[in-house]
Amino acid sequence: MKKVTGTIDYHKKVITIRNLYKSFGELVVLAGIDIDLYKGENLVVLGRSGTGKSVLIKIISGLLKPDRGDVFVLDKQVDRLQEKELRELRLKLGFLFQHSALYDSMSVRENLEFPLTRNVKNLTTAQINEAVEEVLDAVGLLDKINQMPAELSGGQRKRIGIARTLILKPDIMLYDEPTSGLDPITSIEINDLINEVQAKYRTSSIIITHDLTCAKATGDRIAMLLDGQFRKIGTFDEVFDTQDERIKAFYDYNFTE
Amino acid sequence: MSKKSPYLTTKGIDQLFLGFFHAWKFIAQFFRELFSRPFETKEIIRQCYEVGVRSLPLITLTGFVTGIVFTKQSRPSLQSFGASSWLPSLITIAIIRALAPLVTALICAGKVGSNIGAELGSMKVTEQIDAMEVSAINPFKFLVVTRVLACTLMVPVLAMYSGFVGLMGSFLNVNQNEYTTYQSFIKEAFSSISFLDIYSSLFKAIVFGFTVGIVSCYQGYNAGNGTQGVGRAANSAVVISMFLVFIEEIVIVQVINWMR
Ligand SMILES: Nc1ncnc2c1ncn2[C@@H]1O[C@H](COP(=O)(O)OP(=O)(O)OP(=O)(O)O)[C@@H](O)[C@H]1O
Ligand SMILES: [Mg+2]
Repeated sequence: MKKVTGTIDYHKKVITIRNLYKSFGELVVLAGIDIDLYKGENLVVLGRSGTGKSVLIKIISGLLKPDRGDVFVLDKQVDRLQEKELRELRLKLGFLFQHSALYDSMSVRENLEFPLTRNVKNLTTAQINEAVEEVLDAVGLLDKINQMPAELSGGQRKRIGIARTLILKPDIMLYDEPTSGLDPITSIEINDLINEVQAKYRTSSIIITHDLTCAKATGDRIAMLLDGQFRKIGTFDEVFDTQDERIKAFYDYNFTE
Repeated sequence: MSKKSPYLTTKGIDQLFLGFFHAWKFIAQFFRELFSRPFETKEIIRQCYEVGVRSLPLITLTGFVTGIVFTKQSRPSLQSFGASSWLPSLITIAIIRALAPLVTALICAGKVGSNIGAELGSMKVTEQIDAMEVSAINPFKFLVVTRVLACTLMVPVLAMYSGFVGLMGSFLNVNQNEYTTYQSFIKEAFSSISFLDIYSSLFKAIVFGFTVGIVSCYQGYNAGNGTQGVGRAANSAVVISMFLVFIEEIVIVQVINWMR
């Protein structure tokens, strides 16, 4: 599917990160991150395993605290928020976990209802069903509604994970490796889904991946994470038009096999 | 050149105190969230059902067997004094004062504790707890408060039940051997115990239930990474619960004996 762009508002930043540092004990993971996410934009974060990509979006969603630096999400400084404000902010954030993190004691339907009924009061059963079916339809898995997560394949779990975050109609989506471990065809379907979400719900997204096909298909801009910093930010072609051996190696590994 | 040690004392001692501090914070958070709205009534009821039903068969069995065996074993020594008519009151005192709450707590520590430890542990390592948090749901309230409450409420209920079953087991044995009727067994049994006995037993069971619940939740909620972390959480949930239950038993018995 062709990517539809042109709905990006480059005057409005939804996420602003300045000079962000994070270490675990001796291990320095993020060392001076600067990045903006614009409204309606898909920003892809590329980087090798263990470079701190997951840590970055966990800081954005307030699951981890930064050591130093400023993180603004929808004009709120995430690590300074009171519990109630943080909760309100999180309603506007969707988070797809690297391993989907579906609640495995609940069926697919319950997984989707859970965030909805707990956060939106006084919904009728009809409204709940409608919302559940809408997002399941969006990810193309309506027939799995009564399945348990353990009965789903990895790709299906990812899609249910996306559906679960969509149900609260977030302004910002954080995808942690949406295509890792999936076959190329399922990966392409997920890429299309990410683009559809961007077009249909007008969300801004950060997409973490080391799959360059995914990066190319979904990213309006690509940010390359090396040594705890974004060394290169730009369109796909800009980022890979480089002399930097490590960025070139990344490209070669993905496209020549 | 000597590098400055990052520890205040030694690594082990530092970690021990850090552990106490963490556990204390966990308990404080429990009480803070216990009284804040919204109350997870539906989930609490579901957990109570889980705790109760899951341990019911085993508690029935152990309660009953304890009653019979204890009666059988006590009989010879009482008979040698010609005092086998004391059997019902001796058994009742033993079961109500000590055995019922202790045995129930230990069984719940094994059965419920390992279950909570493993369940919360795997939710932790598969990031389901993080997932709740980012969807603006309070996981502590939904997972921990409900389970601890369920244990605190259900262990006393189960302890009373196990006391009752134990006495029935004992009655069957006494009835067969001494031909004591049901009426006189009950009369003897209840004349030997006071309200203080029953209250203090219930109090013990509440403390034990809270202990099993909070320890197991703490272990699960703070599980380390990977499947290893889950196993370790389940295991230490049981071991630490049992250990604390024994210590509490000793302390509470001392206190109650002063009160008598
Ligand atoms: N909670 C934590 N405690 C200690 N160290 C952590 C923690 N979370 C992450 N790390 C460390 O931070 C580094 C970056 O982790 P992160 O999960 O962000 O990697 P990643 O870029 O997402 O890699 P991958 O592509 O494999 O998912 C790793 O070395 C990891 O060991
Ligand atoms: Mg990761």
